[in-house]
Amino acid sequence: MLSGLLDGIFSGISLGSVLLLAALGLAIVFGLMGVINMAHGELMMLGAYTTYMVQNALKGTPLFGIYIFIALIAAFIVTAIFGLVLERGVIRYLYGRPLETLLATWGVSLILQQLVRSVSWQLVTIVALFCLLFFGAMWIVARRTDFERARGWFLTIMIPLSAAAAIATGNVLGTLYKPAFTKLWFDARNVDVTAPKWLRGGFPIAGTQFSYARIFIIVLTIACVVGVYWFLNNTSWGLRIRSVTQNRTMSACLGIPTKKVDALTFALGSGLAGLAGCAVSLLGSVGPNTGQNYIVDTFMVVVVGGVGKLAGSIIAALAIGTANYLIGSNTLVDLTAPIKPLSDTFAFFSTISMAKVLVFALIIAFLQFRPGGLFPQKGRTVDA
Amino acid sequence: MAKSFGRREFMILGSTAAGSILLKACGSNPSTTASPGASPAASTAASTSAAGNTVKVGILHSLSGTMAISEKSVVDAENLAIEEINKAGGVLGKQIEAIIEDGNSDWPTFAEKAKKLIDQDKVATVFGCWTSASRKAVLPVFESKNSLLWYPVQYEGQECSKNVFYTGAAPNQQIEPSVDWLLENKGKEFFLVGSDYVFPRTANTIIKAQLAAKGGNTVGEDYIPLGSTEVKSVIQKIKQALPNGGVIYNSLNGDSNVAFFKELQASGLNPDKYPSMSVSIAEEEVKAIGVDYLQGHYAAWNYFQTVNSPASTKFVDAFKAKYGSDRVVNDPMEAAYIMVYLWKQSVEKAGTYEDLEKVKTAAYGQTFDAPEGRITMNPNHHLSKFVRIGEVGEDSLFKIVYETKEAVKPVPWNQFVADTKGFACDWSDPAKGGKYKTT
Repeated sequence: MLSGLLDGIFSGISLGSVLLLAALGLAIVFGLMGVINMAHGELMMLGAYTTYMVQNALKGTPLFGIYIFIALIAAFIVTAIFGLVLERGVIRYLYGRPLETLLATWGVSLILQQLVRSVSWQLVTIVALFCLLFFGAMWIVARRTDFERARGWFLTIMIPLSAAAAIATGNVLGTLYKPAFTKLWFDARNVDVTAPKWLRGGFPIAGTQFSYARIFIIVLTIACVVGVYWFLNNTSWGLRIRSVTQNRTMSACLGIPTKKVDALTFALGSGLAGLAGCAVSLLGSVGPNTGQNYIVDTFMVVVVGGVGKLAGSIIAALAIGTANYLIGSNTLVDLTAPIKPLSDTFAFFSTISMAKVLVFALIIAFLQFRPGGLFPQKGRTVDA
Repeated sequence: MAKSFGRREFMILGSTAAGSILLKACGSNPSTTASPGASPAASTAASTSAAGNTVKVGILHSLSGTMAISEKSVVDAENLAIEEINKAGGVLGKQIEAIIEDGNSDWPTFAEKAKKLIDQDKVATVFGCWTSASRKAVLPVFESKNSLLWYPVQYEGQECSKNVFYTGAAPNQQIEPSVDWLLENKGKEFFLVGSDYVFPRTANTIIKAQLAAKGGNTVGEDYIPLGSTEVKSVIQKIKQALPNGGVIYNSLNGDSNVAFFKELQASGLNPDKYPSMSVSIAEEEVKAIGVDYLQGHYAAWNYFQTVNSPASTKFVDAFKAKYGSDRVVNDPMEAAYIMVYLWKQSVEKAGTYEDLEKVKTAAYGQTFDAPEGRITMNPNHHLSKFVRIGEVGEDSLFKIVYETKEAVKPVPWNQFVADTKGFACDWSDPAKGGKYKTT
């Protein structure tokens, strides 16, 4: 009984911490900036693929034992840079229009999924060359004074021209250096991330075993939450982020560079997604669809927790994780064994699919009473 | 303000459009180069399959989406067989031209593309599908147009269409022998884990009936949604139901397997006390999951890369020579490879590829020295196949611990399930057909 209870608590917390880690970046991006980022799962996937690359690069070197830490840093940096590009390239045009951000980021998520399936040196060369030609030309032309008038012409000429040049070069190089240049980096198949030896297996306590990988994720989650709290509350950039999210116009009037703050916030949220991706690669598979498994759950956490409040996300993640585990396993069935009809009901819901159904039903019921989530935002800024 | 906004929007739209054109251009490259023996002249000329010097066949698999993981390698195996046949002179003196269509892991798309292959391209036959769902989606198309599909994957049985040849295992050629072997060697207490869709549920119904008949005991069963990676509560149930160890029968599909085996190891359920038998894990999946998590677990198939025979070595060598030495072959790829050869043999015996009735009649009794051994096509459209059980070894390959001496005859209608007990299938006899009572 003791081991069962311990196991229940541990599993609930560990499920919750995975959810929380995945939702933390989203809580910042969606909660603080109001951007519905459907590509959040794919940013996690990029983090997981970065982990895979780091693992392969360090295989056989003495650093392999601690590759996971290097992978964490690399995943954060890669996804943060990617988030920055995404924000500068797409999202900054869409602030204040949640439906458009939803559609645009969903498109980005599809592009990213297909990207990891078909990325090769050829594709990278084509895309890089296109960007170089197009934006290079734009940079040169933009210095002319009559640029605004000629812009339409410039675009109609430059886009096909640089695309044609890029594709032609890519294809020529592709035929010249056939296997190496056109070989896909990852393919559509899943790749394996194997945890270093000290993260495999578990720690035995009272007849049960606590998985090292899950303990690692719990610690990582705590570190991330503390880090984000510290960053938002104790640094000047954190102060600026909070003021911009509370009142954008007023902050701008007071001289806060809102554009920089937006970019930084989005990069931070994306970087956290990368960390989460690195962590879940220890538990599950890494493939083009990895992110899709998490996106619904993470939005659920943010919505239940209350948009804009980190504390809400933390409690919601733990509650959803624990509820999922308790209902999905036989724990509740055993606890209510004396009351037959109750235990029969729980037995009916005690598979993972049915547990999800019940948890979703509970969430719908909860949102009827508290539409704003656990910690709704208060005050006049809410509708702004 | 409004004007500059419009320009901005135009720029975004323009660059996304260009981006998508780029992606399209790169994406279409593989599919055009992948059709072997398709000379540019032949593909541009609007020739029906009757005219010209080529025989058109369709290949219909998911090259994108969730299932692309598995189906791409099957396409590779089919292309290899077609290339080999073309090098050896083709079929009836004509070269085979493969028309590859992408089902996009979406079942209505499969039906659409099947129609296109039959009506527009007028292919002689189609090789394709992986999931039972995609097969069920294209089945009405093939039946209404009276065309022919070759299907290469082990499946749950309970089907016998006159328009499909099944070259993967029927349940009695994979699941049933493996349960028998486990009962004999590994214990009588079984926990069944599966993905939540038709194949695992049917498979587990069969296993439960079989265990009940043979003195085994099902202590629990649980299903995980396809693609889900939260498997903690299943592991907990296994621990509760089998405190002292027992057999785990695993029919999980896809990503859940990775999470399942990582969690199994982390919870201390090792294969010496909790051996698991999987029916969806082959060489490719071992690579994707990571051998460290799988070593010592078992899988049941008809073919493993480690099968030691001249035909197997030839197949493995040819595949690696064409696609690279880091690639592995697996059971569905072998089934895909041999079905192309079986079609060729049937066409040659019939003397035509257009009269499908003649081709089908010619197919019955065809034998082929497959990598797995000498297989035979039965009048019930399934193959007699060898059954093997492999243990995952250090080198990510399977050590074969059991194999049948002779090919096992296929039983598509399951004899453990009440609804289909006593039924069989025989398309060589017009009076019997797809489902007739034997007794």
